[in-house]
Amino acid sequence: MSAETPTAVEIAAGVRSGSLKAADVLERHLERIAAREGEVHAFNLVLADEARAAAAAIDDLVAAGNDPGPLAGVPIALKDNMCTRGVPTTCSSKILAGWKPPYNATVVDRLGAAGAITVGKTNLDEFAMGSSTENSAFGPTRNPLDTSRVPGGSSGGSAAAVAAGFASVSLGSDTGGSIRQPAALCGVVGVKPTYGYVSRYGLVAFASSLDQIGPFTTTVEDSALLLDVIGGHDPMDSTSIPDSQPSLVEAITHGVEGLRVGRITDLPDGADPDVAERLEAAFDALRDAGATIVDVQVPAFGYGLTAYYLIAPSEASSNLARYDGVRYGLRVDAGDTNAMYGATRAAGFGEEVQRRIMLGTYALSAGYYDAYYGKALKVRRLIADDFDRAYTKADVLLTPTAPTVAFPFGSKTDNPLAMYLCDTYTIPTNLAGHPGMSVPYGTGADGLPVGVQVLAGTLGEPTMFRAAAALERSLA
Amino acid sequence: MTSIMNPTPGNVYTAGPATGNEVLIDGYELVVGLEVHVELATATKLFSASANKFGDDPNTNIDPVTLGLPGALPVLNRHAVELAMRIGTALNCTIQPCVFHRKNYFYPDMPKAYQISQYDQPLNVNGWLDLPGGKRIGVERAHLEEDTGKSTHFGGAGGRIHGSDYSLIDFNRAGVPLVEIVSRPDIRTPEEAREYVSELRAILLAVGASDAKMEEGSMRCDANVSVHKPGEPYGTRCEIKNVNSIRSLGRAIEYEARRQIDMIEAGEVVRQETRHWDENDSRTHTLRTKEDADDYRYFLEPDLVPLAPSAEWIQAVADAMPLLPSARRTRLAAATGAPADGEAVMVVVERGQDDYVLDVAAAGGDAARALIYVKEAFAESVDVPAADVAALTELETSGAVTATQAKTILAEIVANGGGDAAAIAKAKGFEAMDSGDLEAIVDQVIAANAEAWTKYTGGDDKTMGFLVGAVMKASKGKADGKQVTALLQSKRTA
Amino acid sequence: MGVSPRITAADVAKVAKLARLDLAPEAIERTTSQLAGMLEHFADIDALDLDAVEPMTQPYPLQNVFREDVVVFGLDRDEVLAAAPAAEDGRFRVPPILGLDG
Repeated sequence: MSAETPTAVEIAAGVRSGSLKAADVLERHLERIAAREGEVHAFNLVLADEARAAAAAIDDLVAAGNDPGPLAGVPIALKDNMCTRGVPTTCSSKILAGWKPPYNATVVDRLGAAGAITVGKTNLDEFAMGSSTENSAFGPTRNPLDTSRVPGGSSGGSAAAVAAGFASVSLGSDTGGSIRQPAALCGVVGVKPTYGYVSRYGLVAFASSLDQIGPFTTTVEDSALLLDVIGGHDPMDSTSIPDSQPSLVEAITHGVEGLRVGRITDLPDGADPDVAERLEAAFDALRDAGATIVDVQVPAFGYGLTAYYLIAPSEASSNLARYDGVRYGLRVDAGDTNAMYGATRAAGFGEEVQRRIMLGTYALSAGYYDAYYGKALKVRRLIADDFDRAYTKADVLLTPTAPTVAFPFGSKTDNPLAMYLCDTYTIPTNLAGHPGMSVPYGTGADGLPVGVQVLAGTLGEPTMFRAAAALERSLA
Repeated sequence: MTSIMNPTPGNVYTAGPATGNEVLIDGYELVVGLEVHVELATATKLFSASANKFGDDPNTNIDPVTLGLPGALPVLNRHAVELAMRIGTALNCTIQPCVFHRKNYFYPDMPKAYQISQYDQPLNVNGWLDLPGGKRIGVERAHLEEDTGKSTHFGGAGGRIHGSDYSLIDFNRAGVPLVEIVSRPDIRTPEEAREYVSELRAILLAVGASDAKMEEGSMRCDANVSVHKPGEPYGTRCEIKNVNSIRSLGRAIEYEARRQIDMIEAGEVVRQETRHWDENDSRTHTLRTKEDADDYRYFLEPDLVPLAPSAEWIQAVADAMPLLPSARRTRLAAATGAPADGEAVMVVVERGQDDYVLDVAAAGGDAARALIYVKEAFAESVDVPAADVAALTELETSGAVTATQAKTILAEIVANGGGDAAAIAKAKGFEAMDSGDLEAIVDQVIAANAEAWTKYTGGDDKTMGFLVGAVMKASKGKADGKQVTALLQSKRTA
Repeated sequence: MGVSPRITAADVAKVAKLARLDLAPEAIERTTSQLAGMLEHFADIDALDLDAVEPMTQPYPLQNVFREDVVVFGLDRDEVLAAAPAAEDGRFRVPPILGLDG
């Protein structure tokens, strides 16, 4: 990257060595926010004063001869579904408007310990349910590359913040593609790690067996650095992987000679021609870099959408039951508690959230469990098994991330199913618990960015990042 | 836990044929199953590190997990599992790999609007508990789950929900570890139900799993009650809640049995429902019916991972099991010759004084006498050297002092924390009466009470008490009651 | 058992009650047709033979994850109650608890 827009790796190195001042780096980002946040609306809350104080403290630490950490002075934006102590965490919902958590998410603590500077909480589809950030109760986020179009979702604000240069890096969450899809639409790198790689403690739960936190960055190396910092076992999360993982920053220094890259020949149709063309170019680039392209099949891939839209809303219907007006958040008063519940939740949740709660409640209810949720768990097994078989023949798989480039506002909001199809290529990864990342790979229709998705098996991050880095190099 | 709409899998019971041995109330057999919830004696909660303490200021033992804050996640308390395994082992259960489920329902003292519990794959299954009299009550399961907060109601009569203006919620108790112990419906009388709970409590204390205080809520009892005629299918059962003592349990079951029998006899149908026991009016009242019952939508808890205690851990728990109450009663009965389910053995074991009785025997004392001494004179735990008590039993069994005299000496020994029995006897002028002197007194009493004597020799055994009393008085308490009785009997038959 | 192609307004009303969501009648209508359409689409999994397939409940296979039984201070009551919709006497205050499982 240029000196004008240094990468996170460069910022941290510069600030730690004293050649860069965290305050200066921050100020440049705040200027960009001042210039364009009004039209982009990436943030629910900008923390300019707090960030300035934190940056000053980092510079003081360095001046005193201390090391602030591997993310020293890096401005970072956090999706507003990650608990930040004393700072509103709203999930872009009226039901949590103004709510200040009394504790930090684990990732927030790790970022702080690494010297990162939080510049703000970013907008999202309410409770992470959506693919366009149009479901936010506080207004949509606009794609910085074309403000008549969506940035994707649900982590639209975090993707836009990095694409617009408001933050050097950001964190999002991915349950069915909510990091990878907006990354593709905004032309940045977005990573969902293996389930359990990053702690979920303090991430407001949407679907517990699918959610993962991951980074948005402008370079593959920056994502590797972020994951090296925020990843790793957390005793506060029972599903967190116990063993420590190898450094990803180190992994991407290796090339892709001999790497087996899988093409899923029975992948569901639906990608636009411009997207398909960029995927082909990506296969060519990896072949040129020394990888072997192999054909694989994942027969159950196409059933992922159904399995996901039965499992995720089911878990969500339970996870969102705690928003009842008793202990925190919105309360709509009523004559008795039962009436209070009904009124509070109807007023506090938007339409998409209510729809998914209803679908999930129905899928779990007596008499329907076997037909819906129970069946979906079996489909999940089929998909995971198919992937496992594919990974005996290939080290990574390559697919489109999103079926189209960024689409105009309102073009998919009439029919919920049309919106759900945006996640066709990303969903199966979450079901299997595997890692996946989107790498920007040129432009498609109307000069808008196209992302290519690299997938790997459980804890296949090192291989996945190697392939992504090779793709990135091929564009340079 | 067993919802009417989501019954625990596996507990479908069918009645067998009539045996002719049933205990009947107006021709009906009472069938009872008990669900006992026990708070575990851990330092922290089941899924978070807040303190597990009764009686603290409201909402001072809270954390994100306890309050169900957005983003909070549960992590299982290892010691809670240990205590739950001790309970399972003590109840002869099979300990198996298990998982946790979410039970979803709304209530203000439920911070997540779901309770983490165990559904179709619980930790402990297929055990039993033997009542002191020997009857075996099956234990279906004993599983782990988290407790709710506590709500207090204001504005209504007597702190009841009905007619209240508002409620206040304290989450100190939310998340406290519970083990729910579900019996098979093998209980047939209110007495058996009370015995089951008493015995269960003693077991829980013995293994250190809980302090099991019903009055503090660390042990709670719900009863499932139905009636049927022997040989006919089981009747519809009602669940009785809000029983706050072992005595209330017996009364509530009696009331409910009567209520159901009266209904059936009047041609009415017993409705399947949950009823609330009211201690004040001694009746059960409808709390909620089957139609009102919630659909709990159980599904596997995705924030937790399976629990599979290792064979080593299971063995370690078994090896560390203390002698349980029934084994202690058996041991004491064997040593003393007293019945295992007799009052003396039951009371002494319950008080934890059985080891002491065995110590007295080991010091050369008479175990049977020691049992009676301890039961009668040692109400609280008393520190008296076993040898001192042993010596006293010797004096009595050898006839050197009478039973009455021994009692007096014992009282002094207990009051002083010890003492030389023989010396005390001498100081009080206690010595056994010469048998010739005793017979002389007996003859004097017979002569002075001719009318009573005639009645007695005529077959009226009741007069013996009067005659023995007269001899005791005449001997100034030095006579041994048993010897007097024997003498009277032999003179009558002579 | 197949995926039912129809969900009725009565079903939706029941589910809304279970989920404690007050829905206006037109919302119930709209939700019914939307959910019916989705469930129609989701019937694609009926084509799969799932009899011999084990449900997948865990993405990453772990078991026996524990915490030691040591008290760690959690949250300050005042801070928490200050964020509560209604509090009194150190506790959370709610309207009368009626019509609920208890």
